[in-house]
Amino acid sequence: MSTKICVVGGGSGGTIVANRLADNLRPELESGEVEIVVLNDTPYQLYKPATLYMAFGRSEVSEVKRPVEELLDPRVKFRQKKAVSINPEAKTLDLASGETCNYDYVVLTTGSKLAMEDVPGLKEAGHHFYGPEGSEELREELANFDAGKIVVSVIGVPHMCPVAPMEFAFLADDWFRTRDKRDDVEIVYTYPMNDIFGMDPIADWARPLMEERDIKTETFFNPEKIDPDEKVIHTVEGSELDFDVLVAIPPHKGDDLIKSADLGDGEWVDTNQYTLEAERANDVYVIGDAADVPTSKAGSVAHYESGVVADRLASQARGKTPTARYDGKTVCFVDGVDGDKATFIQFEYGEEPDLPEESKLIHWAKHSYNEAYWLTAKGLL
Amino acid sequence: MSEDYNPDKVIDSREAACPGPLMDLIGQVKSAKSGEVLELKTTDEGSKNDVPDWLDKAGHELLEVVDQGDYWSIYVEKS
Repeated sequence: MSTKICVVGGGSGGTIVANRLADNLRPELESGEVEIVVLNDTPYQLYKPATLYMAFGRSEVSEVKRPVEELLDPRVKFRQKKAVSINPEAKTLDLASGETCNYDYVVLTTGSKLAMEDVPGLKEAGHHFYGPEGSEELREELANFDAGKIVVSVIGVPHMCPVAPMEFAFLADDWFRTRDKRDDVEIVYTYPMNDIFGMDPIADWARPLMEERDIKTETFFNPEKIDPDEKVIHTVEGSELDFDVLVAIPPHKGDDLIKSADLGDGEWVDTNQYTLEAERANDVYVIGDAADVPTSKAGSVAHYESGVVADRLASQARGKTPTARYDGKTVCFVDGVDGDKATFIQFEYGEEPDLPEESKLIHWAKHSYNEAYWLTAKGLL
Repeated sequence: MSEDYNPDKVIDSREAACPGPLMDLIGQVKSAKSGEVLELKTTDEGSKNDVPDWLDKAGHELLEVVDQGDYWSIYVEKS
């Protein structure tokens, strides 16, 4: 009997963990003692951080999508199937096709999805940059926008790429400034908490930069409904804000599969922050946005978690005690200041980041990484 | 006394890090009816400042913050 490891999801975490496993378990894969299967409902992986740049014409769809199968080690089996529920007792996954897939170990890398419908009027009135379609629409809107008010509103927390909304505000400032339209375009950034970001060092870094660039801010701002006809945001706090273009960071939700087995109380899987094992089921690991570990829903988190899970699973497949541990390592670039300057943050559990001064060098490091990302997805970088 | 509040909703955000507890509360206040009492259970000390500040801005009433030993109960009445 071979050991079967199923990876649910073909995003960053999915391909990295599968490829790292294939590397770690090469002899066992070749002898047939281990089988690795990746399930994904679409044939493509999307590099989501790059869709931000699509809105400003700096990136194209062809650059942010790759076939999952091309990214996987040839010894990993890819099946384009949607897993709709999980039964941890029976160790099975139910697929949308009606088939059942058994496993010995499963890795859930199901990510997060946008829930525009959670805020009345948002779907009709709001734009977003969290996918190629949304970014393409926003690109057209910006390309034809000469004057008025753009509101960048963080509605859902937690959300993917936590610093992306402020990056969008900086990029929009530069976009209109370089086109001599900035005096006619008002930019407002809103955040649900009582500051412009949930971590003080980042808020302290961004606040003066936004003030200098006349990016206005609203805090304790939680949109409850949007009036698409009048173009007004109504908040839980009782305030109103009008807009010409609304760039929303919508509420995020986890995959329905999580609820099928009561793996967490809300949208995310109750996960051990160090071992990355599901707390409520055996032999279930969780990577990326799907896990409720106390750090950001950032691609780098999925990247670092994947190495830990691959190491632990390789140990278990060989009958050894797993020892690898995730320490919360998170790295994010914060790009877009004046269009070509960036800083970055790096921290582990319980730490606060220390931000270097924004520079062109870091901006180009970020863009070099964007180009090299597909090597990360292949487990090579 | 806290036991007299008899909350209509209890939001258990213990072990959630900032900004989890406040965002959990805001989500529940949205769907609560006027006059309903909510209890937010939190282990995040920052909630003792964030929640009253938000209630002040949103116009809801802070009834009491009760130290339960290993967590705090924050009682809120929706206006």
